[in-house]
Order: sequence, then C-alpha cells, then structure tokens
Amino acid sequence: MSTYNKEQVAHLAEGTLDWETTFRMLSMPKDKARFSMYLEALQKKVTFPDRIVLPLGPHMYIVQSAKTKQWVTQCDCGHVFCGYKENWKMFANIYVRDTEEAMADVYPTLMAPDTKWQVYREYYCPSCGTMHDVEAPTPWYPVIHDFEPDIETFYKEWVGLPVPERAA
Amino acid sequence: MNMMSNTETGFADLLKNGQTLSQFRADIAARTKATGCYNGLEKLELRESDPIGYEKLFSKLRGGLVHARETAKKIAASPIVEQEGELCFTLYNAVGDCILTSTGIIIHVGTMGAAIKYMIENNWEANPGIAPGDMFTNNDCSIGNVHPCDIATIVPIFHDGRLIGWVGGVTHVIDTGAVTPGSMSTGQTQRFGDGYMITCRKTGVNDTPLRDWLHESQRSVRTPKYWILDEKTRIAGCHMIRELVEEVIAADGIENYEKFAYEVIEEGRRGLMMRIKDMTMPGVYRKVAFVDVPYSHPDIQVSNAFAKLDTIMHSPCEMTIKKDGKWRLDFEGASRWGWHTFNAHQVAFTSGIWVMMCQTLVPTQRINDGAYYATEFHLPKGAWCNPDDRRTGHAYAWHFLVSGWSALWRGLSQAYFSRGYLEEVNAGNANTSNWLQGGGINQDGEIHAVNSFEASSCGTGACAVKDGLNHAAAIWNPEGDMGDIEIWEMAEPLLYLGRNVKANSGGYGKYRGGCGFETLRMVWNAQDWTMFFMGNGYMNSDWGLMGGYPSATGYRFEAHKTGLERRIAKGEALPLGADLDPGKAVYEQSIDQTAIVKRDNQCMTTEDCYDNHDLYLNYLRGGPGFGDPIDRDIKAIAKDLNEKFLLPEFAEKVYAVVISQDAKGVWSVDEAKTKARRAAFRKERIARSVPTREWMKEERSRIINKHAIAAVRHMYSTSFSLSEKFLSKFKSFWDLPADWELPESELGVPCYGSKYRMDLSLMPDVRTIVQVEE
Repeated sequence: MSTYNKEQVAHLAEGTLDWETTFRMLSMPKDKARFSMYLEALQKKVTFPDRIVLPLGPHMYIVQSAKTKQWVTQCDCGHVFCGYKENWKMFANIYVRDTEEAMADVYPTLMAPDTKWQVYREYYCPSCGTMHDVEAPTPWYPVIHDFEPDIETFYKEWVGLPVPERAA
Repeated sequence: MNMMSNTETGFADLLKNGQTLSQFRADIAARTKATGCYNGLEKLELRESDPIGYEKLFSKLRGGLVHARETAKKIAASPIVEQEGELCFTLYNAVGDCILTSTGIIIHVGTMGAAIKYMIENNWEANPGIAPGDMFTNNDCSIGNVHPCDIATIVPIFHDGRLIGWVGGVTHVIDTGAVTPGSMSTGQTQRFGDGYMITCRKTGVNDTPLRDWLHESQRSVRTPKYWILDEKTRIAGCHMIRELVEEVIAADGIENYEKFAYEVIEEGRRGLMMRIKDMTMPGVYRKVAFVDVPYSHPDIQVSNAFAKLDTIMHSPCEMTIKKDGKWRLDFEGASRWGWHTFNAHQVAFTSGIWVMMCQTLVPTQRINDGAYYATEFHLPKGAWCNPDDRRTGHAYAWHFLVSGWSALWRGLSQAYFSRGYLEEVNAGNANTSNWLQGGGINQDGEIHAVNSFEASSCGTGACAVKDGLNHAAAIWNPEGDMGDIEIWEMAEPLLYLGRNVKANSGGYGKYRGGCGFETLRMVWNAQDWTMFFMGNGYMNSDWGLMGGYPSATGYRFEAHKTGLERRIAKGEALPLGADLDPGKAVYEQSIDQTAIVKRDNQCMTTEDCYDNHDLYLNYLRGGPGFGDPIDRDIKAIAKDLNEKFLLPEFAEKVYAVVISQDAKGVWSVDEAKTKARRAAFRKERIARSVPTREWMKEERSRIINKHAIAAVRHMYSTSFSLSEKFLSKFKSFWDLPADWELPESELGVPCYGSKYRMDLSLMPDVRTIVQVEE
C-alpha cells in the first residue's frame, strides 16, 4: 500500500496534486489514512467553526454544529440546509430549465435536451448561490434523496475512528 | 440383462460421479447458500497451503487467456474485432461459473456462463450430447446474451473422459441477418426480426465445424466473409485455451486445477467485498437515468403499428452498501420492456456491470463470477432489464445499459468523494453513440453491412481532480479505440471529410466531461446504399455530478442531392471538418441550395436511402461534468476556447467569465473582471430561483392535471404498472389524491404488451435460469 502525507492529500483536495502522485493513487491499493487526512485538509479550508463529519460535495458537508453538536448538512458558506438525515435539496433553492430559451443558455442549438422530455433542476445555496447539484429528470420526477450514509458504521468499523459526538 | 444402460436412459455421467450436471450445480448452489461462501468454501485450501503455487496457476491461466485473445483476433478481418478488440475469452468450471476471463468485452463473463447453465439445466448432456471436441454456438438473447451480434463459441474441456470445464469465446460480428443491416439495427421491434438466432446449438464435432452449420450460418447474414473469419477467431482462441488447460493440468495436476477452479471464485467474492470496504462507504445511494425512444417520428419505419409511439426508458437505482461489504443493486420502478431493440436480459445487466466495475471498483485481473456472488440484484420481472415476454428485441440493448449503469458510476463516485478518494470519482460515461450503421452493395461490388465502432471512443466523465478524457473510451470496452480512418474507409464505402473534436459536447463543470468527436462521411462508390442513426437526441442519458452539467445531447445531420460530385469535379468548396456550431449550419454553405438536409434531434432512425456523395455526420457524444462550472480554472477555459472545444458564448453564459480575443484570434480570460462577474452570477442564480418546496406546489398541480407529453406519461405508466412500491412512493412524495392513477389505456397510444405477455419459461420443455431477485 502506498502512503501519502498531509500536504499531498491537501493538494489532492485542492486539485493541484502532481500527476505522478495522482497516478500512483489511482493504480496502487488505497491508503486507509486518507479519510482523516482529507478531513483535516478540508477543515483547514473552511471558514466555519463546525467540525466536518463527512464531505458530501465540493462545497457541502455533514458537520457537527459547534453550538449544538447536532449533525447538519451545511454549505461551505456556513448556510445550514437541514439535519443530516434529511434531503438537503428540499431546503435549497431550485431553478428549473424547462423552456427552450433556458436551455439555450447552456447548450448550442440542437445540443440541448427537449424540455418536454427532460428538464434540468439546478439546486443552489440560497445564501451564496453555489450550484450544488443538477438533476436532469423527466418532468414530474420526485426530488431525489441521493445519499444516506451510515456514518457510525463507517467511522467505527470501516476506518477505525471515534464517531464525533452527535446531539439529538 | 434387462436393465437399461446409461445410453438408454440418456444419463451421460459426464462428471463420472453419478450426478447429472444439473444435480452437481444444485449441490454447489446449496453449499453456497448454506455457508455464504461459493461452493461452501469457507477455507481456501489450495490458496492457503500453497499461495505461490496458487498465484502461478492464476498467472498461467490468465496470461494464456489474454494471449489467446491477442493471437486469435489477428485472424479476424472485421475491424470491430481486429481494430476495436470486440472479443473476449473466458474459462469456466464444470457448472459454467467463470474462473477467469481475458481482456476485452468482459460483459461476457456471465453471458456465456448463462448459456452453459442453460445447456446444463435443459439436459444437453442427453441430447444433443456433450463430448470432447464438440463446439456449441449461442447468441440467444432470451437466455442471457446481450445482443444477437455477440456470437459465442463454447467448447467443453474434458480430462480423462471427465468434463472439468468449458471455454467460451465471443466476437461482435458486423451483421446478424436482422431485418436491417448492421449488427445493432433499429428496424425490427421483436426477436423475430433481430436476426439469426442460435440457441446453444452443437455446431462442431471432433474440433470441426459441421457442414450444415457452415452453409446455413453464412447465408443467414449479409457479411459471410467477416462471419466465417470471426468464427475461426473464436474457435482458435477456444482451442488455444483448452490446450493451455491441458498443459496446466499436466504440470500442476488435476486435483490442484480443480481446487483452483472453485477457490478462485470464492476468492473473487471475498475480493469484491474487500474492495467495497476499502474504497466506498456504507449507506444507501439513489440515482436514476433515462433515455429517449422516439418511435412516433416518420423516419422510424417499422412493420408494427403498435410500436409507433414515443416513450422513455427509466432506470432508478437504489444501491445499498452493507456493513459487511456486500451490496444490493435494486432497480425497483424500472419501466417495462418495449417494442424496440433496447431490451436487455437480466444476465446482460448483471454480467455487464463488471465491464464497468473493472474500470473503477475492481480494476484488477481477477474478474470472475465471484463478484456476482457478493452482489444482490433486484430486477423487477417485466422491466426493460428483465423482460417477461419471449418476443422482445435486444439488438441494441446497450442503448440503455450504458445509461442505466450511469447511476452506479454516480453512486460509487459519491462514496469515493466522501471518503477522499477523489482520484476515483467519475461523473459518469457518455451515451456511447451515434451508431453509424447501414448496408447495401459496397465499393467492392459485394453485399455488405457496416457498423462503425468509432463509438468506442466517446468522452469520459469528469473526475473530481481533472477533466474527463476527450474522445477516449466507451463503458462497454475498457480498451476503447476509435480505429484508423484508413481501415474504416476500407471497411465502409464512406470517405472522411472531417474528423474533429466535438465542441461543447462534454458536460460543463469545475472539471468538464471529456469531449466527444464528429466525423463527416460522404458515400462513395456504393450502390443501393442505406444508413440510419442510433443514439440519444431528445434527452441526455448521463447526469453531471455535484453541480456539474450533463453532457450535450445528440443531433443528426444528413444531406442528400448535395451536388458534391459536380463540386468536386469543378474544384469548388466542400463541406470539410467540424460542424462547430450546429445552429449555424456551415455544411449547408458548401452543398447545393437544393439539397435535402435533415438537421434535428431525431437521432433514432431506420434504414434510409443514400446515394453516392450524400453526407452523414457521425457525432460521438461527450461525458458529463463535475462540480459547479463557476469554479472552473480560467486558464482551462481559455485553453478550451483556443482549442475550439468550447464556443465563446457558453464560456460567458455557463462559466461566467469575461473573455476577449486578440488580433491573432487568441482568446484570454480576464481574471479580475471574471471574479466580479462570478460574484454577480451567484446573485443572479439566487434571484431566479425559488425554494424547492414552492416549486413543488406548481409541479404537483401539473401532475394532477397530467400535464406532460405522452412519452413521459407512458414511461411513468409502465413503471407504475410493474411496481406498486414505486407508484406508492411517487404518490406519497407529491401528496397526490388516493384515486390519482395513470393507466396506459388513457394515454391514447398503442399499449400492446401492457396486459398480455408470455415468458420464455412458459414454453414446453424449457427451464430458464433465474439469477436475480425478481
């Protein structure tokens, strides 16, 4: 197994890691210490005081609230969407591209979906305007709850780390 | 004296243990079920007692499989096999479970195994008999094959008169004698038009193909020369591997070989669970994919009026990764099979995912049936991926397999991202199309069919640390190669007027999807020629990830009565190179004004007439993007602009950059102005959006009023009719009235197949193999 240092993992999270090391990460068995180094690197990047429990996207995390110790889904601008078990999209802002004109802002003529068949649902942070996800379903599709991680099992049994405190 | 011998009773005793193959297989299944370990192998005796010997066995066999593939493919003349590597060889134990496989289209780990299991469960050992030197041929999609053009040759392996295993070889042939030419045609709507269908037929004895088979099979397809050389390829590879097994047994002993042949599958099962624990995260992941089936268009000419409707294929995926590293892939809610050629057998689905997984979760040489034993599949009976009617067509099952699996990419990528293995994240794959197909009389004056495999080099999905690869790969073949122009021009009467990267085809994002490419082809020196298009057009089938956009959809361009013969003779301007901005229609400026041009999103057509000097644009799709586009590095945007991978208008509209072009035409991005523009862009997003729950009120009223096109309603209706659970969740999410329903009968489109269906298992004397929870 290859091992990597904190600096390399921080570069990976930043998208600035050299290709040789990235390639080694791809081709060699995975390093178990990655998760804790990754959390540390991300924690240094964010400006909020809350502890990152699990990264969900480039700007979204499940965090342990510094004030309440509750686990919440949070944007890196500090905006709290909801409790970590809920679907954050239900608490986001949405912009639906469901007309030809709206699609024309994204793709050249003929290269966009026909909005009678498929729409784009762009989910934004209501505070900072980061686009966290783009759903591309047919009309009528329920808002998808993408991910319900089993954080306790992952920390305790898979990576051998203490589970951060969680207030009810 | 008066007792019947094995000959009379039809009991072949191939295993020399008094058991039929079916009984032996049932015992293995029982031991697997009782212990959770393949064949009850809680202890891997050979591996644990002699790990070096075990690895040597592994290396000899795996190396031999790869060697056989590389050698045998040189026999083929078809560029699909010889250039693109659309072949694969696999070694099985006596019950048809895969031990090891070669490189190539390893979806066939399971498909040939399914054929062997079909022979086992339908007593092939009694009739037609299984003997040393036999050859069996199969391409039957109703028992596990992906599509009829994947022809498998299966050879039993005996040792001292005892059956100890099987070897199978598969090649993707150019033509199967379907209603329309090309190996994955669209003109048929049922199995009966899908082409020559062979069900585990004994086609050779004493290592020699039978003469009736040779005569019948070659005249059943349009391309007999390619067909017969493909067959020789498969036979050569199978016989090389059979010899290899004989050599291994001579060197290492039959006892060790047979222990290996079962232990390696248990090792594969454990290996997948270990990889899942090493790389992912326990939890529930939900993703979905769609693809369009636009069959009501006049350019879809099929012989069945009941197939003339627009619909959408639906593949919702709930992936549950369990504490112990097992996983469950549940497709409850999938839409019903349809009257087209995009249906898939359950084995095409369950076996096929490994061709994808070997590119992400298990990028190892140890691909075998062990992974299947570590996976629970739920494929609803009657869905597009597990049809319950023996009439279904499968010629282009990949139309939705590639899309259906995109949900798995995204689910796994969520796990990789959350765990910090950013280098593994892949936003998805391209819809690997267009498929240029057709036929007629070629430049050599022969009856011919074409099936361009340029689609094996589409754009790949973006990663969390880098862009996707441009014109590089296809999910169904880990060794993607677009092929040489010169070879395609020999194989097809179609000259190249351009081969360029397709601008804006990759999905936008912090890291963009890989761009696809486009080739402009001119019909040349052909007679009575036809072609058609096959791909996605009204929808894209792959979503972006974590704020990235999906890749662009497809479109078609074809032109007839172009005047190009005259223009070439006079040395006038010709349409050359890229269709950079499809809305500007630049090709039309270099052909006759009176030309008949089709430029639209109808990317699914049936066989249409083409004269010499007609044009056909083969646009191969890009991959989806990752992350919010306004996070994209401005240098990368400038590079894309200067390489013509991105049109300036969309640099401004999507990436929110401020750009300028110097006197030499070089683009640059202004950093300070872009920073201000992006800050404003964020505010614009907030201003134009509404809280999700507010929007849901409007959408709910559209559902109650059933405001959607027939294709959308048809998709939901077929999913609802197969799954009460999906219907109930749908109604609950939208808080619909209890009496809200969407029966197919109210849609005003033909609904053949909605009520009356007949599964293959209902035919007399047929035992089908079920390998999933239905």
